[in-house]
This record gives sequence, structure tokens and C-alpha cells, in this order.
Amino acid sequence: MTFTASFLTDPDFIRVLYLAAFALFILGLHQLNHPRTARRGNMLAAVGMAIAVVATLLYPFVGDYLLIALGIAIGTAVGVPAARSVKMTAMPQMVALFNGVGGGAVALISFVEYRESLSFGFNPELETLIPILFAAIIGSISFWGSNIAFGKLQEILPGRPIQLPGQRFLNLALLAVAIGCAVIIAAGTESELLFIVILLSAAVLGNMFVLPIGGADMPVVISLLNAFTGLSAAAAGMALDNVALIVGGMLVGASGSILTRQMAEAMNRSIVNILAGGFGGVSVAAGAGDDGEAKPVRSTDASDVAIQLAYASKVVVAPGYGMAVAQAQHTVRELADELEKRGVRVDYAIHPVAGRMPGHMNVLLAEADVPYDHLKEMDEINPEFPQTDVALVIGANDVTNPAAREQADSPIYGMPILDVDKAGQVIVLKRSMNTGFAGIDNPLFYNENTALLFGDAKESVGSVLAEVKEL
Amino acid sequence: MDLLTELTILVLAAFVGFEVISKVPNTLHTPLMSATNAIHGIVLLGGLLLIGEATGFLDELLLVIAIAFGTINIVGGFLVTDRMLEMFKRRPEPRKAAEEPPAREAA
Repeated sequence: MTFTASFLTDPDFIRVLYLAAFALFILGLHQLNHPRTARRGNMLAAVGMAIAVVATLLYPFVGDYLLIALGIAIGTAVGVPAARSVKMTAMPQMVALFNGVGGGAVALISFVEYRESLSFGFNPELETLIPILFAAIIGSISFWGSNIAFGKLQEILPGRPIQLPGQRFLNLALLAVAIGCAVIIAAGTESELLFIVILLSAAVLGNMFVLPIGGADMPVVISLLNAFTGLSAAAAGMALDNVALIVGGMLVGASGSILTRQMAEAMNRSIVNILAGGFGGVSVAAGAGDDGEAKPVRSTDASDVAIQLAYASKVVVAPGYGMAVAQAQHTVRELADELEKRGVRVDYAIHPVAGRMPGHMNVLLAEADVPYDHLKEMDEINPEFPQTDVALVIGANDVTNPAAREQADSPIYGMPILDVDKAGQVIVLKRSMNTGFAGIDNPLFYNENTALLFGDAKESVGSVLAEVKEL
Repeated sequence: MDLLTELTILVLAAFVGFEVISKVPNTLHTPLMSATNAIHGIVLLGGLLLIGEATGFLDELLLVIAIAFGTINIVGGFLVTDRMLEMFKRRPEPRKAAEEPPAREAA
């Protein structure tokens, strides 16, 4: 009995369990590379997490099991129903929310860790103190930033950028306050008050830095916040001398950073430029109102679109945020099925930043049972547009805007886009020409081979579907 | 554990993270993000390590909240990722497409 107990609580045994957990994390992430193995990969990572938690509970000094059980029970009671019931269209805000609570946990843990050392009367050693301060700042930014991102995506807060005059200066000042207080503490001042100032200024900074970032830049922000929470968790691991936290946190920090960079590259903008804010919300995919200036656009109707689609041999659908808002993915798939019955090949062109988080469109279309091998990435589908009879653009705007290729003065010049304009015929489904934010004009709408079908994306696709069935 | 060992582990973990992730296709970016999101819930361990020695109501309260947050992050993150990945399917014969779309609106 004593033998088993001492063996189980031996720190080396716990470290071995941690090692098993890391192996499972890495294997799991590796299997997320392919849709066929991804589900198993996620489960492996979850098993790894369970092992890491159980191993930690074995430490003899871990106690107060009642409080631990209470915390875990509350977390499960909140997390499970939320994860079970969330709609696929609400996935971006769910990811933001889960990310936020992670950041919040880091900030709270660093605060308690600091208070505990103060209760012995002095600051911890620098090698513990510096990670604590880092975790406090980044964790707090991540918590508040994610909450704002959630608010925006859930439309509790307006999605358009909210900017105060001198915002950049203010952000820098807040960062300076947080870092300044951290330096004062690290230099030897023992002050809980200063620590609270750090948490608060980082909190305000978290709010301020996400508020001005709008719609189309959300994928970058979400992956950046994810990276932040990972890094702060790794820092907390350094402070607590816990390898599992260091490895787990850093894996996420690294993967989040990579994803952030990929998203920024897909928009041809630097991360700094995106964080400076302002542009993203204006370019929101939902609407690109032309300011009343009368350029001719050709509008069309459902029966016309139906005929063009039904007699095409190759159709490419380019979905954007508009499809998500209208929840049109199921109707789109029904239309594609109907067309495929007639021998039309239907593919989907997915721009890396279409939607509000990385891979947003893929999840929605997967929900509608569109097989993933029909979802083509930008580089794969672009050479195919010249051989495409009809490109059907559903609620996407900037990612199809040829100005990015042609007009050097356009704000989005240089951004890689889907070359839908090279298809024989382009049909754009839009709500209207003049709702939404006054955005960047899209020359695609005025092309000779472009026709616009106005209306709610779901209704439009539905009526096209009905017409196709009648043919 | 000394600082250098910890830094070594940190840097190596970063490289593993870069390596493993850089190959993930766009198709899986959302599940990837939500799975890594769940993994940073590992900060839960921090709460577990501290709560035994915590004294005073405030510290205990903060740690229970931290543990609850970490649990939401882990449990919610893995579950939601699984729900998403369950949907990613390949149609055996792309041209044969007649079955009714199962209404997969969330329960």
C-alpha cells in the first residue's frame, strides 16, 4: 500500500505521465493534418490532457480536493452544454470565448501565485517573477480581447471598428504602464497594488486593441489571441516549474503564431497593420455600397441563373461571410446536388480568410455535408477559373475583388484573391448595392460577364434551386 | 528544475509546434485552432498546483474560478472540435448525390 502510494506520487512517475501526455498532444496535432485522421487526433490530444490532469492530481501537495472538484464541476456544467449546443455558424464566437476563459485562468493563477509569495513577505526570485508578470499581462490582454471579439462576433457589440481619437497612443501608453509596473516589481518592489495595476491596464489594453478591429480582420485576431493564451500558459509553467504547462502552452503559442502569420499573408498585410485597425471593418464582406454613383450593373433573376447553372459543365461556388450570415450552406449544397445530378461538376473555392475565422467556410460546408474533396484552396482553384463556365459568388466580396490585382491605389492591392472574374460568367449574390458599410468598391460587379442577383443569400439560392428543379 | 532546462524545453516545444502545424491544410484550420485552444486549457494544472497551499478566501475563490475556466476551456474545446470533425466527410462517389441532407442543425 505504502509502496504503491509512494510510487504513484513519485515526481519522476508524474513526469513520465507528462511525457506520455506530450507524445499524445504532438501525435494528435499531427493527425489533425488530414480530415481522415483528424477526429482521432483530437481524441488523442484529449486523452493526453486527461493524463496530464490526473498526473498533476497525484502530487502529494495538491490538495483541497473538494475545491478542485467544485471548480471542475462548474467548468464541466458550463462547458459541455455550450459545446454541445453551439451552432456551427456561431463557431467563431465560441472559439473566442473558450480562448478568453483560458487567458482569464492564466491571469488569475499568476495573481494568486504572486499573492502567495507576498504572504511570505517577499517577491519570488526573478526566474519565477518574470514569467509571472509576463503571464499576468498577456493572460489579461487575452481574456479581455477575446471577450470583445466574442461580443463583436455575437453582435452584442457593433462589428464595425470602434476607434477613439489617439487610440494608438493610448494603447502604447497602456502597454507602457503595464510594463513599467512590471519592471518596478521586478526591480524589487513588493506591491500587490502595482500588480493589480498591471492586470487592469492589460485588461483595458485588451479591450482597446480588439475594439477597432473589424469584420474581415477577425480571423487574424482570433488566431493571435489563441497564440497569446498559449504563450501566457507557457509562462505560467515557467513560474510554477511545471513542464506540462510549458510544453502544452508553447505548442499552442507556436501553432497560433503560424496561423496568424498565414492569415495575415493571405490578406497581404502585416500583423502590425491589422492591429492598428480601422481598415478591416470597412471592408466587411457583407456589403460594398457604391456611393450612389451610377455605374451600370446587370441584375438578373433566379430563372436566368438556373438556366446558366444547369447548362454549364463546370460551376465554382465562392462563398463568403454573407453565406454564413444567411445560413445558406444547406441550400447551397442542395443546389449543388441538383446540378450534379445533371452532370454539372460543382466545386467550392475557399479563400483562406473568407469568413470570420480561419477555415470558417470549410466548417459550414462540412456541416452541410459537402465532401471536403470538393473544397478547393485558392492556389488549387485559381488556374481552373478560365475553364469554369459559371462562378457563383455567395456573400463574398473583398476576396473576389480584382482591384487587388489591378489597382495599385486600392487598399487591398496585392492581396491574393479568387480569380472568379476569369470564369465565363460570374453571378454574384448580394443583399443590395447600398446596404452595409461604405466599403471598397468592387470592379467585379461592373464587368460585362457579371450579373448580380439581389436578395438574402438563402432565399436567392432557394429560388434558383426551385427553378433548376423545374427545368 | 533549473531555468536553462525549462528554456530548452520551451524552445524545443516551439519548434515542434511550428513543424507539426505548418502542414495543416486550410480545410482544417478551424478544428485545428479549436483543438489547440483546448490544449492551452492545460493551464488548469496551474490551478491544481496552487490550490492546496492557498490560504484565505480570496485566493481560494480565484483559484476555483481559474480551475472552472480551465475546465471550460478543455472540455468545451475538445468537444466542439469533435463535433466539427465529425462533419468532415468524403463522398465515395462524387457524382452519386441524391440522399436527403440530414438536418444537422445543432440540437
